[in-house]
Amino acid sequence: MKKNQTIPEQIWQFFCSVKLTVYTLVLLAGTSIIGTVILQNGSKQEYLRLYGDTFYNLIKIFNIDDMYHAWWFLLLLAILCINLVVCSIERLSITWKIIFPKKIKFNKERFRKLKNLQMFTVDNPGESQTDTYETFLSKTVGKVLKEETENSIVMYAEKGRWTRFGVYVIHSSILLLLIGALIGSVFGFKANLQLDEGETSDTAFMVKKRMPVNIGFSIRCNDFDVKFYDTGAPEEFKSNLTIIENGKESFTEDILVNHPLRYKGINIFQSSYGTAQPDSVIMDIIKLSDKTVTSQSIKIGQEIQLPEDQVSFKLDGFIPHFDFRGHNLGEAFVGTITQKDAKSFQIALPTKFPTFDKMRKGTFAFVIKEFEQKYYTGLQITKDPGIWYVYSGFILMIIGCWITFFMSHQSYFVEIKKGENKVLNVSISGTTNRNSQAMKLKIKKMVLKLKDK
Amino acid sequence: MNSSLALSSATFIYALASIFYIGSFAFKKQIFAKAGLIVLIIGFLINTLGIILRWIESYQMGYGHAPFANMYESLVFFSWTVAILYIFVELKYKESIIGVFASPLVFLAIAYASLSPDMSSKITPLIPALKSNWLIAHVITCFLGYAGFAVAFGFSIMYFVKPKNSDATSIFAKLPSLELIDELTYQMVVFGFLFLTIGIITGAVWANSAWGTYWSWDPKETWSLITWFVYAIFMHLRMMKGWYGKNLAWVSILGFLAVMFTYFGVNYVLSGLHSYA
Repeated sequence: MKKNQTIPEQIWQFFCSVKLTVYTLVLLAGTSIIGTVILQNGSKQEYLRLYGDTFYNLIKIFNIDDMYHAWWFLLLLAILCINLVVCSIERLSITWKIIFPKKIKFNKERFRKLKNLQMFTVDNPGESQTDTYETFLSKTVGKVLKEETENSIVMYAEKGRWTRFGVYVIHSSILLLLIGALIGSVFGFKANLQLDEGETSDTAFMVKKRMPVNIGFSIRCNDFDVKFYDTGAPEEFKSNLTIIENGKESFTEDILVNHPLRYKGINIFQSSYGTAQPDSVIMDIIKLSDKTVTSQSIKIGQEIQLPEDQVSFKLDGFIPHFDFRGHNLGEAFVGTITQKDAKSFQIALPTKFPTFDKMRKGTFAFVIKEFEQKYYTGLQITKDPGIWYVYSGFILMIIGCWITFFMSHQSYFVEIKKGENKVLNVSISGTTNRNSQAMKLKIKKMVLKLKDK
Repeated sequence: MNSSLALSSATFIYALASIFYIGSFAFKKQIFAKAGLIVLIIGFLINTLGIILRWIESYQMGYGHAPFANMYESLVFFSWTVAILYIFVELKYKESIIGVFASPLVFLAIAYASLSPDMSSKITPLIPALKSNWLIAHVITCFLGYAGFAVAFGFSIMYFVKPKNSDATSIFAKLPSLELIDELTYQMVVFGFLFLTIGIITGAVWANSAWGTYWSWDPKETWSLITWFVYAIFMHLRMMKGWYGKNLAWVSILGFLAVMFTYFGVNYVLSGLHSYA
């Protein structure tokens, strides 16, 4: 650093170095690995179990349990942004002068010394050979500057001066992306909503903070449907939703995975599903002594008197996982039998094993015959007002990369000398601000084309 | 003809192409390299046929999806992208010797897919989250990116085998000039970078339409971003700090390691949304 700089100048100098860019990128890349190795957004118990006491404290101090939102990670991103803005401002004034020069000049000596210089001779040139070359150059490259020297004619043409802007397009696209992300995280939310078929709600729960958030309208799940492949894996699932505003039904629509519903800035995604409690079940009640069967439909919560006196059965509910001696037997109904001596006990009726209750060897066995499978739908509800900034950033970044990497500022130089016996000596060379190898090939191709003229 | 026959033939034809290229390098016979290119192109055509057949077969089985849905299919496609990119480079720059460093990569990827015992080549149905037109755009762009980096990696290796002053009799004499290697490596990195960028972006747009968030710091996403950072560093070092030669080749090799981890490491070591491929 120079001695007689003021502090703001020093700060400016610090932020306009490419070294800083490289170090920041190295740090960003290196630290990003941490979050892919160490559990993110877990509970305290999980961290203690996985990493122990000492590491848990370290994790807490550096917010490693949510490191991509930790202060130091955001600080690195902020440094990258400032660095990028300062560097761009610093360089833009120079680039600007190159892109919009007062007068385009070219250095003949420089072009004559270029490594990619190619020469050829024309034995019987026509009258207007030079003009032909000039037209060719202006057609394939751009406006031609022509000069006559002592013993030759030189022509210069260029294209793609503006492509030097490409890198600024990429840099501004990164800023746009980060601004969009910032807007999204301040003014948006990400929440989950679980709805049983037939249920209505206007409140979802934030994914991270578990806080309730009001959606602004109500969603009713009319119907949920899941299709399976013959392998048993889910092929497709969809929910039929009705949006209700101020007590009135607005519209009804199906949503599927990859086909969300977007309404009033709120996005509703199909994210998961599961089985919900059915309303009722039809079961056979078998009296084991004489094998008489009675079929009956019972609602959840309903109590029935059994044919034998003073014995009753109450259907308590439905559980998704019934544990039997350490085995998960899957979905099951649960009921309570009350005997005449007022003693009562609970029984489970797993739906996958309809005759399970016979093993109990009681007076009556309960066999599940039929019930309507009901589902709940898992919805992800999001709001992200920053998304359009992010998407514009995406588009700009692709355009910027294309300009920067696949286009260049190219200058061509053609010199024509009259030799002995009317022979013309033509030499061609060129410069480019990137990809000099391709330039060499371009010059060779141009030689072939000019030879034909 | 079915897809698995076509793809295993492609594996062996690619092996043959690599042998020709290596032979041309070891015995300094240009004719071997010429044969290598022809065999490589034949292998590439059969590889293409295999992918198309597999696509058709998935429709016949009633699943109907592009063959980009599991590790086996992605490796086959990876070979395909590296092959097409390399063939393009050789035809454009007319340097056949560099095939020594690129053709083995084509062979290794598809051989790993065909021969590894824990790689299932069965056509499986698509999970609901993958059913989207974005699948094709996302996979093609990502793998073109990977291919660019893979070829750049192959070229970077040349810096380390080429001695500084090789006399005309050395087997390294035929290697292209350091200047050309530098330029070719850079071109491949640039190609890879553009497509990795588009790949990440199409992935983000897709995630936003499937899950409602364009970025969720899932390990695959994070590692692709890490890879992007490494190659961004590569660009800045080359263009702004004037790095070249071996130093820069190290960065390119490091970048390719990041690519490999993004591709394999994340699937085998870490878990996340991308566990299918």
